[in-house]
Amino acid sequence: MELSAASVRRRLFLAPIAEHKGRSILSIIAIALGVALGYAVQLINQTAVNEFTQAVQALSGQADLEVRGPRSGFDESLYPLLARMPEVAVASPVLELLVRIAGKREPLMLMAVDVFRAAQVQPELVLSDAVESIDFLRPDRIFLSRSAAEWLGVGVGGEIGVQVGLSEVRLQVAGIVRGANFRQPLGIVDIGGAQWRLEKLGKINRIDLRLKPGAGVETFQARVRSLLPAGVLIERPEANVTRGARMSRAYRVNLNVLALVALFTGGLLVFSTQTLAVVQHRAQTGLLRALGMTGGQIRTALIGGAAVVGAVGALAGAALGHLAAELVIRHLGADLGAGQFRGMVPEVRMDPLGFLLFTLLGIGTAVLGSLVPTLDAVRASAAQALKSGDEQRMFERLRSPLPGALALLVGVALTQGPSVLELPLFGYAAIACFLVGTIMLMPQLALVCFRGMPSPRPVSARLAVAQVAGAPGQSMVSLAAIVASVSLMVSMAIMVTSFRISFDAWLERLLPADLYMRTGLFNDAAFLSPENQDRVRSIAGVRRAEFLRRQQLLLAADRPSVLLLARAIDREEPEASIPLVGAQVVAKIGGPPPVWVSEAVADLYGYRVGQTVELPIGGRTERFLVSGIWRDYARHQGSVVMERDVYVGLTGDRDVNEAALWFDAGSAAERSAMAASVEEAIRASLPGGTNLEIHLPGEIKARSLRVFDRTFAVTYGLEAVAVIIGLFGMSSSFGALVLARRREFGMLRHIGMTRRQIGGMLAAEGALVSALGLATGIALGWLISMVLIHVVNRQSFHWSMELHMPWGTLSAFVAAMLGLAVVTALASGRSAMSHEAVRAVKEDW
Amino acid sequence: MLSIRCLSKSFAGPRNKTVLSGLSLDIAAGEYVAIMGESGIGKSTLLNLIAGLDRPDSGSVTLDGTDLTGLDDDAMTVLRRRRMGFVFQAFHVLPYLSVAQNVALPLVLNGVPDADMPARVARMLADVDLDEHASSMPRELSGGEMQRVAIARALIHGPSLVLADEPTGNLDPESAAHVLALLRKCANKEGASGILITHSRAAAETADRIFLLTERGLEVIS
Repeated sequence: MELSAASVRRRLFLAPIAEHKGRSILSIIAIALGVALGYAVQLINQTAVNEFTQAVQALSGQADLEVRGPRSGFDESLYPLLARMPEVAVASPVLELLVRIAGKREPLMLMAVDVFRAAQVQPELVLSDAVESIDFLRPDRIFLSRSAAEWLGVGVGGEIGVQVGLSEVRLQVAGIVRGANFRQPLGIVDIGGAQWRLEKLGKINRIDLRLKPGAGVETFQARVRSLLPAGVLIERPEANVTRGARMSRAYRVNLNVLALVALFTGGLLVFSTQTLAVVQHRAQTGLLRALGMTGGQIRTALIGGAAVVGAVGALAGAALGHLAAELVIRHLGADLGAGQFRGMVPEVRMDPLGFLLFTLLGIGTAVLGSLVPTLDAVRASAAQALKSGDEQRMFERLRSPLPGALALLVGVALTQGPSVLELPLFGYAAIACFLVGTIMLMPQLALVCFRGMPSPRPVSARLAVAQVAGAPGQSMVSLAAIVASVSLMVSMAIMVTSFRISFDAWLERLLPADLYMRTGLFNDAAFLSPENQDRVRSIAGVRRAEFLRRQQLLLAADRPSVLLLARAIDREEPEASIPLVGAQVVAKIGGPPPVWVSEAVADLYGYRVGQTVELPIGGRTERFLVSGIWRDYARHQGSVVMERDVYVGLTGDRDVNEAALWFDAGSAAERSAMAASVEEAIRASLPGGTNLEIHLPGEIKARSLRVFDRTFAVTYGLEAVAVIIGLFGMSSSFGALVLARRREFGMLRHIGMTRRQIGGMLAAEGALVSALGLATGIALGWLISMVLIHVVNRQSFHWSMELHMPWGTLSAFVAAMLGLAVVTALASGRSAMSHEAVRAVKEDW
Repeated sequence: MLSIRCLSKSFAGPRNKTVLSGLSLDIAAGEYVAIMGESGIGKSTLLNLIAGLDRPDSGSVTLDGTDLTGLDDDAMTVLRRRRMGFVFQAFHVLPYLSVAQNVALPLVLNGVPDADMPARVARMLADVDLDEHASSMPRELSGGEMQRVAIARALIHGPSLVLADEPTGNLDPESAAHVLALLRKCANKEGASGILITHSRAAAETADRIFLLTERGLEVIS
């Protein structure tokens, strides 16, 4: 063996890691899993947002400013007014609509442009290999992006059908847009033709402006703002990116936090393994101190070892994370099933900054996990450490409960904090405080629970109780990772169960009718005309029909649009139609008409019950009374409900998008049986009736719950990883603690205790410690679920929900975990019952 | 060389225990003394205070003119690294270093150049009759052999003071006698002073002076 300072230092540094290969590998795996999850989520989110940003920027082209209104449009007379302004070099009018294509569920983004103007602002939009250049002006022609052509399965010369109202307008594909930046499905048509054929005469919803060199953008923006009708905004193109990214930000951040939870649990596993390593090498550390190694040198060696473990785990995790991101995007989509980035299939690109960040996070987690045991090792008395058999004393020592208690109190205070940038950062911090504080108090909890326990009769159980009562510090080491992962699993189970049951009840309230029909959810050109509405009312078997009109409201430039729902609603008893939360006021005759705003609108825009607010309706600013706040799980950007009569009176718009039908049959079974015949009659009597989406309330409910479950599938996966890491931690800790007590087991065998009795003692210890860990995890999980329900969810998505405890799931989970813990303790103790253990009494190491 | 004045140490606990009270001792350079006493009287505590592994409540410990009690932890550690060697009852040989590497550990900590290490280690191993076991791992050695490794490690860096805490406590009488003789011989050869803590009269007889530590303090008995 080589004899040099470097070789000796290398052995001193690496031998403890190599000596406990199993634990080192577990720590590496835990860090790797945490980093992989975090990096994968970050990569997926970033890829999706980058793709979205690129798409939006491609559509904006070289515009300095955009004048943007709701999808329903604003009067096109604004266009020449702006185009003639001296600062404006080019003004390009646009009608931007989502339309339904025959035979497809997903919508197509349709851009209707003036080709001559658009060529000066968005040249890539009009670059294509057209059959004839005049095709750009033909009202029956469409140009498709490459991805649209592939998705629709058409080429140049082919035809597609676009739903307008309930009818279909046929368009011939005249060319493929050459612009490489148009990765999303996109169709381009002439604006004049589109206004005519899509029944949007006189309407545009966007004007792109390129200013002359030297024109002051902010000054011009401020001047134009005063000229705009209500609900129309002027903004830089980047605002569209911000608005779009904001739609999904809360969801993405929550996923990031969940992924970081897995990393945190990995850090706790490192804490457990490092603590046990410090305990086992206590005498060796004492020797090195006696021989002249300073505290700083020992600290560097221990933290260096943890950093090596962290680095290996982090690098492996980052590689795994990249692979995972590619797989997830391919199978679940860039929005992980949540629906915000419809139609996009982005490419995952390596993110050097993200890679570096998560590698450093992995190393940092491992280092942080080892910090407390390292400081303990350095602070410990070398003289005490050199005494053989001293290991147990480390677990007997109780630290002050003050830091743990303080952490819990700080956590409580943080739950009162407001959202920061519309993110529940204080809520997340509160959860972290609760976790850390509870783990720090585990020894005190163990002391209270176990010292008060009556002494059981069987000797194995009696010894087990004495062991866990005498070494309360052991519980913190064994259970840190499992308490964290169980509490997070339990909190998510409670939150998701509460949410699902509340969502189910909400659907039940909102779907009282016998049949529902709509012209398509993301379909700006589809509607039911008044004539079609009359036809629906007159269908045999239909007792009552209520219609609903959907429109966008742009209330703030930096926020996604709010949805206006104009529907039949009794202002005296609105709760018969929508689930209200909190107080309500009834609008007086002659006063501003009532609106009912969703919780999101109340949170985001500060609307309060009884407040008079101004909303842009029909191009004018109108005043309304906020009569109540309602729970809306479907639109987390916010919605406003208005009486349809009021809406029609203000806008003259009698078209609708949805209908709810009640039958005149008696029993539920009879009504259910009528549904098929009514649907058939609707489709037959309405021109284009086959384009309608018609569903039973049960079908809508089932599909909605499927989407709900899919949205949370990823979170279930993340939680499962955290639990696995926790189980690893528990298994590793049990194993290490048993190894450290080999001399004790050897002595017990010497005095006549059988292997079965020692096995029973270990099983009892495992059960006791795990029961404490599970009970603590469940209690902590309940506390964290309260934060998730009342703070995190409320501030992220602006949803309230009722608490429902999943007792069945929790009971099954507890039983499974307890069983696993006992099996783990027994498996770890196998070596304790071997012949080597008997000889261990003679060993000093 | 070593001067202890009015050293006192108590341990806090359910019952506060005064282990040492006003203890004084002088050891000349090259002198080898033994300290005996019954179990729990404070022999190891005295050794730990001399080595700077623990802090006295009052009094002073001076080694070669340096007041150890005034040094901070790092300074004490550096001094211990350069001027003291240790032999423990439990051997405390690192299991993952070879015999040669264990012996070389003080040289590594003191920054001795790599070129000088093999010769010094070889000489020391020859002195303790372990030259054929340089590459062996501790698990291959007997108790007596491991203690000889510890002796070699304690003396390789030329300390001025060797502290041996019950070095023969885990050895059979024959090995014990061999180890004690070896310890005395090597200490003399390196010019180191020595303090041997023991409850064995036979072990103490190898020393120049024998002290008995009692509740009243240190008494010279031989």
